[in-house]
Amino acid sequence: MVDLGINIGNLQLKNPVMTASGTFGYGTEFSDFFDISALGGIIIKGTTLHHREGNPYPRMAETPAGMLNAVGLQNKGVEYFITSIYPSLKTIDTHVLVNVSGSTIEEYVQAAEKINDLDKIPAIELNISCPNVKKGGMGFGTSCASAAEVVKAVRKVYTKSIMVKLSPNVTNIAEIAQAVEAEGADSVSLINTLLGMAVDAEKQKPVLSTITGGLSGPCVKPIALRMVWQVAKAVNIPIVGLGGIMNATDAIEFMLVGASAVQIGTANFIDPTVSLKIVNGIEAYLQKHNYSSVKDIIGLIK
Amino acid sequence: MKKYILDCVVVANIPLNKRYFLLRVSHPSPFPRMLPGQFVELRVDNSSDVLLRRPISIHDMNYETNEMDLLVQIVGAGTLKMSELKKGDLLNMIAPLGNSFSMPTIDMKHVLLVGGGVGVAPLLLLGRVLQQYSCKVSFLLGARTASDLVQLDSFSQYGEVYLTTEDATVGEKGFVTNHSLLKNKVFDKIYTCGPTPMMKAISAYAKTNNIECEVSLENTMACGFGVCLCCVTDTTEGHKCVCTEGPVFNLTTLKW
Repeated sequence: MVDLGINIGNLQLKNPVMTASGTFGYGTEFSDFFDISALGGIIIKGTTLHHREGNPYPRMAETPAGMLNAVGLQNKGVEYFITSIYPSLKTIDTHVLVNVSGSTIEEYVQAAEKINDLDKIPAIELNISCPNVKKGGMGFGTSCASAAEVVKAVRKVYTKSIMVKLSPNVTNIAEIAQAVEAEGADSVSLINTLLGMAVDAEKQKPVLSTITGGLSGPCVKPIALRMVWQVAKAVNIPIVGLGGIMNATDAIEFMLVGASAVQIGTANFIDPTVSLKIVNGIEAYLQKHNYSSVKDIIGLIK
Repeated sequence: MKKYILDCVVVANIPLNKRYFLLRVSHPSPFPRMLPGQFVELRVDNSSDVLLRRPISIHDMNYETNEMDLLVQIVGAGTLKMSELKKGDLLNMIAPLGNSFSMPTIDMKHVLLVGGGVGVAPLLLLGRVLQQYSCKVSFLLGARTASDLVQLDSFSQYGEVYLTTEDATVGEKGFVTNHSLLKNKVFDKIYTCGPTPMMKAISAYAKTNNIECEVSLENTMACGFGVCLCCVTDTTEGHKCVCTEGPVFNLTTLKW
């Protein structure tokens, strides 16, 4: 029997597989496909203090081994989440995290404060890395000072676990990770999408309404692995790795370079049951290599 | 409606012209009920070259033989690979997806189904289902040229078929919106699927004549089941996902 349990700060996961924000809805969309309680946790889509319509269509472009999105945090706001979505999440027998974003520090603080009161939500993922919003989002995650400022402010009002989602669109991601660790982040998740662009040569126009968007999918995995490896050497808090994970082998690679857990994103669009397959695949790998615990493979590559 | 992930088997792949083909698939167990206007998401292959699934309208269903027909146009790498599928190949599908065309009310005597290009695809299953209703069904189908008007024998089983081509190789010359049928007959409801300019023109006609109209949109999607929020269209109630709250929209809800 292999122990798949893992701790992310004070958050105990039954296994290291979570689903990435913005790729898993509110989880309930997947209930036709499998029992999502089998996952280590789910991270529901980006929630902001106020309702956001998101960006105009077109918001998506398929690219070689990946895709660009420019959704722009479309959501109905934190109050709607609390009254209309949260009650239906209470029956899910795994951790449900809310991804929190904002245009100003005050918006992050107010949204986090409201979510702090929800018993079923043991942690938030603080999104300081969304590339698709004009104000805030990635703007906070690309300098040490502003990343630290957001975490510091939210830390004052949010008493449970804070996972900070880092942007890869920086020169030195390890420094940003250290800055948020110093302000009390319990863990970091990385990477959010890479800023990219797609062009329609026939129309001589950008494909996306916003011109640029966030790149995800298998094409970003080498960059994500490199960044997790760099951050693992720089911080003491747990790391949740994501970026182009399509199968259990990909997930194991992230754990080998230092991630304590992983998130599955774009792959959910292609195979809605992939995250469950990855849980089973990690277990099979550990058995094959005679490990008794998933903790034994974390950071084997120094 | 419950969604299923199905490993289908290709029964036939029939080229209809240089760009269109009819893909007939089956499944070891009976297909769930599929409604007209719904679509499927196909995993074309397991490579990263065609990473995302491809949303394809359900063209026809035969529950007796347990076969589904998909009418596909080659527009890119994904549909090109689909055109190369052979009898016996496996094709992974998520289905059924999306809402459906709403059925006519009892007072409706004559409904019109307007399709352009590959947008004619969902209108065949709609025509089949409309047989159960007492209203008369007419199809108005348009394409660039005669060879792009496909499946005409199938459509004619369910109603009168009127045609337009831009080059006058068959039917009336021009676009569907110029067809004399629209001037000479009165319709109680219009269903349309095809290129956006065509659907907008038909919608304008429906508005002017105060005819109820449903349009089926074909926005680019990543997931097909309401989680990526990429395929939105602007409605009177804000952005809505074409994959879950569409693909069929009543004209009154669209900002057209």
